[in-house]
Amino acid sequence: MAAKKYDAGVKEYRTMYWQPDYQVKDSDILAVFKVVPQAGVSREEAAAAVAAESSTATWTTVWTDLLTDLEYYKGRAYAIEDVPGNDEAFYAFIAYPMDLFEEGSVVNVFTSLVGNVFGFKAVRSLRLEDVRFPLWFVTTCPGPPHGIQVERDKMDKYGRPLLGCTIKPKLGLSAKNYGRAVYECLRGGLDFTKDDENVNSQPFMRWRDRFLFCQEAIEKAEAETGERKGHYMNVTAGTFEEMMERAEFAKELGTPIIMSDYLTVGWAAHTSLSKWCRKNGMLLHVHRAMHGVIDRNPNHGINFRVLAKLLRLIGGDHLHSGTVVGKLEGDREATIGWINLMRERHIKADRSKGIFFDQDWGPMPGVLPVASGGIHVWHMPALVSIFGNDSVLQFGGGTLGHPWGNAAGAAANRVALEACVQARNEGRQLEKEGKDILTNAAKSSPELKVAMETWKEIKFEFDVVDKLDVQHR
Amino acid sequence: MSDVQDYASRLSDPASRKMGTFSYLPPMTPEQIRKQVEWIVKNGWNPAIEHTEPENAHLHYWYMWKLPMFGETDVDRILAELEACHKANPTNHVRLIGYDNFKQSQGANMVVYRGKMV
Repeated sequence: MAAKKYDAGVKEYRTMYWQPDYQVKDSDILAVFKVVPQAGVSREEAAAAVAAESSTATWTTVWTDLLTDLEYYKGRAYAIEDVPGNDEAFYAFIAYPMDLFEEGSVVNVFTSLVGNVFGFKAVRSLRLEDVRFPLWFVTTCPGPPHGIQVERDKMDKYGRPLLGCTIKPKLGLSAKNYGRAVYECLRGGLDFTKDDENVNSQPFMRWRDRFLFCQEAIEKAEAETGERKGHYMNVTAGTFEEMMERAEFAKELGTPIIMSDYLTVGWAAHTSLSKWCRKNGMLLHVHRAMHGVIDRNPNHGINFRVLAKLLRLIGGDHLHSGTVVGKLEGDREATIGWINLMRERHIKADRSKGIFFDQDWGPMPGVLPVASGGIHVWHMPALVSIFGNDSVLQFGGGTLGHPWGNAAGAAANRVALEACVQARNEGRQLEKEGKDILTNAAKSSPELKVAMETWKEIKFEFDVVDKLDVQHR
Repeated sequence: MSDVQDYASRLSDPASRKMGTFSYLPPMTPEQIRKQVEWIVKNGWNPAIEHTEPENAHLHYWYMWKLPMFGETDVDRILAELEACHKANPTNHVRLIGYDNFKQSQGANMVVYRGKMV
């Protein structure tokens, strides 16, 4: 092959980075972006620009380009598709060769894929909709510290979703009063209680006091019920050193699970914590505070399914996934799509669930999706139907707001959950027969009866903002 | 506040101890037990039976009743084994397990005969 000559100046990106005949390789990282180009910029040029700016290129040719084999290193746009129901936007499919990325570094992958390119002038908006991580990359990442099966074995809970509750008010309680709320929930039948995302170590409740009181609550509730219990002790802090100090103390207490806010602590810090968790036998609950900033705008940002895949790679045993039915945002089919991506070993592309690529996780364990936010006993049949057994269902207000207190609220939720699981196993249709199932269960549970009367009329019927792309929305 | 009910659970009362999935519901009738066995068979899981003295129920390992019934799909035979285990250990909890060998986990696990808590 004849050597290229240096030709300074600005070239159209499409001459080098648009390659519709490219055959994708199994080792490529594949990405699909939703692109709205600036007026006057063609789709091919915009797609090529995104490929270029998220891989090897800068705005002008430089002589040092000729010291390497850019044909080998460059990312390329290989396909363009219409976005259903949106004439302005299109999907750009881009393939990145494996050499562009450091093994095991999700930080490196995203610094490329959603780096400078998101501020790039040639596009008006840009959204990363999905990423296919090749198996070689998956196997260089740590993955969940334990995974679903190991958690079930450690906690000795099978054949049903796990039950949790976030303690409220989320800020302002003293450590002792907070531990009281934890104890009441756990003795009533919940498996877990949870620190909220912003419970760290404020002046009214320092972390050490909270950990100690919550651990006493766990131990007494375990002795009382004979079942294993946990409280997600949030180790999120301002520095990684402080996070690790809290994690080490939690381990000394013998508590089973801690938690981290993986977006606000940063992915590098989170990954180190996750690796520590495996090394130290600690389950890791992961909250997604800040995700709405990144994933809610349908035209700009990163779709949550990508953030979920990313978390599975860097490690977590639980991840908040949205509830579909509660107070917080969540499209049903899209949610089912990403909970499959969290839990299953091999996921086929399925546009009806927003999944653009096959994803093979190899031997990497799965993450339990957590449904939390504005849910109560009346939602139980739908939740069991949508999420199946491998999930954590968290009722905050739906436990603590019970007229007889947390223990009764917890018992009501536990009875409702078990009744739904039993009915499902018997072959009944939960979403159709939910009312009958719960009403029947309430005959032997005054706590459930009162819960059903309390929340009967509460519904959440706002339309979702981030929907799947379909015609006529 | 007068109609607020107390949640009666005590360290001192062994009846407060629970035993996993379905232990917050009333004991299952024979017909309900049959349906759960059918669920295990329908999922292709391997049925297994374990039992324990109620005071040791909190431990991970209970006593195995014989071996798991690998490949057994006859609901009546599974029910007969449950009953045989119960007859041989009348004061024990007896639980039914469905081993899911693909997930390397238990797809189902429930106490079907409850021993007397002491």
